[in-house]
Amino acid sequence: MTYSELQDIEIESLLEQVAKLYGYDFRDYSQASVRRRMTQWLSDSGFASFAEARAQVLRDPAVFEGFLRGLTVNVSEMFRDPHVFSTIREQVVQHLKTYPFVKIWHAGCASGEEAYSMAILLEEEGLKGRFRIYATDINQGVLQKAQQGIFSLDEMKLFTRNYQRSGGKTSFSDYYTARYDHAMLMPSLKEHIVFASHNLAFDGDFGEMQMVFCRNVLIYFKQPLKNRALNLFGSIISEGGFLCLGTKESLEGRAIEPLFAEISPRTRIYRKRYV
Amino acid sequence: MFEARRGKYQAIVIGISTGGVGTLKALLGALPKDFPLPILIVQHISPDSGNAMALFLDELCAIRVKEADEEERPTGGTVYLAPANYHLMVEPDGRLGLSADPPVNFSRPSVDVLFETAAEAFGEGLIGVVLTGAGTDGSRGLKRIKEKGGVAVVQDPDDAAADSMPRHAMAAVPPDHLVTLSTLPQLFIKLSEK
Repeated sequence: MTYSELQDIEIESLLEQVAKLYGYDFRDYSQASVRRRMTQWLSDSGFASFAEARAQVLRDPAVFEGFLRGLTVNVSEMFRDPHVFSTIREQVVQHLKTYPFVKIWHAGCASGEEAYSMAILLEEEGLKGRFRIYATDINQGVLQKAQQGIFSLDEMKLFTRNYQRSGGKTSFSDYYTARYDHAMLMPSLKEHIVFASHNLAFDGDFGEMQMVFCRNVLIYFKQPLKNRALNLFGSIISEGGFLCLGTKESLEGRAIEPLFAEISPRTRIYRKRYV
Repeated sequence: MFEARRGKYQAIVIGISTGGVGTLKALLGALPKDFPLPILIVQHISPDSGNAMALFLDELCAIRVKEADEEERPTGGTVYLAPANYHLMVEPDGRLGLSADPPVNFSRPSVDVLFETAAEAFGEGLIGVVLTGAGTDGSRGLKRIKEKGGVAVVQDPDDAAADSMPRHAMAAVPPDHLVTLSTLPQLFIKLSEK
């Protein structure tokens, strides 16, 4: 048996036991990514092998917490894919404005980058006080970071460029205060955002939504989990509401595809049809 | 497991860096429309470059060129380019996968990520190719391909527009074939007939 075959067996048995004990089943995730992330976690953790790590992952909540973080941390950017956000300004906001109150869900919100981006965009587009954003993630650690709204100045440089290219209406520095090498987003942005823990594998919904963002999350899921999440979104988005996926994710061939139409090519912003 | 094609090799993976457009044009342009192996390519491109490169090469070459999609099963006669700002991977069942994980070797897409995952999936049925480029991306992945029994091909650094990626690859693993760009299409055809 080769080393990598042995490692495969160890990974499988660890994932099986984690699923049994903690309820997180990473066997529903794309294997290539899970293996890369687990290998990365192992080399950071100091354990010599998955077999050696197993007892601690299963018995020590702190070790499991780190393991979970290693497997589920997603990275994002504010105004990632600026053309998506300019399309939202130009083609989505006008419809959102027809509702007295708008509810938006960011499923898999990472450190809150996108939720904050939407809060800024909606305020600039005149919806201040008329929206609530639900920002959820499977990972408690990143939710704490999201809650803080603190990013490094290096990241802010990128976010600023994205903001400008997305059709931002003012100077991005109006939205944060910089200190040393970090920047804190204006606390008032948080007033309309609810951060909460949510697992797309088994948790339910937060009621009807006018828009759902789930970008670069489904690429990590195998078919059944992907379908579960999409069906959930399909059922809670109001008619005329919107679903925004990552630029390499699509509804093509999915059960909910007939319910939606892409508003313009390659934006992966879909609008739910009126029946 | 995936259904293997008849013949020794299942796929070709290529790593190439910025400035490799001319090289890809020459290489892919010289391959026949029905070239039997799927070709997966990571080229370092800026995050916002869209799919212009795939459209451009597809227009120019006899062989079909497209941007890789998630869950797609690679087939012969087609070249799959990693999308801008995503890592391209091969799942253990041979399908393509994408990830938005952090850059590796300062790159997303990263050559190492494609090579390492493809080596797991295709083992000795894989041909790995490092072409012109700055930096070191691809050398660790090429080593992995060799360890899994695959074939290592490196462009002669003297023939490459940027010699750093080929040099690092050669230092990491002695290549089975050290080639110039002009002889590469013939090598691909010869290997695909095995």
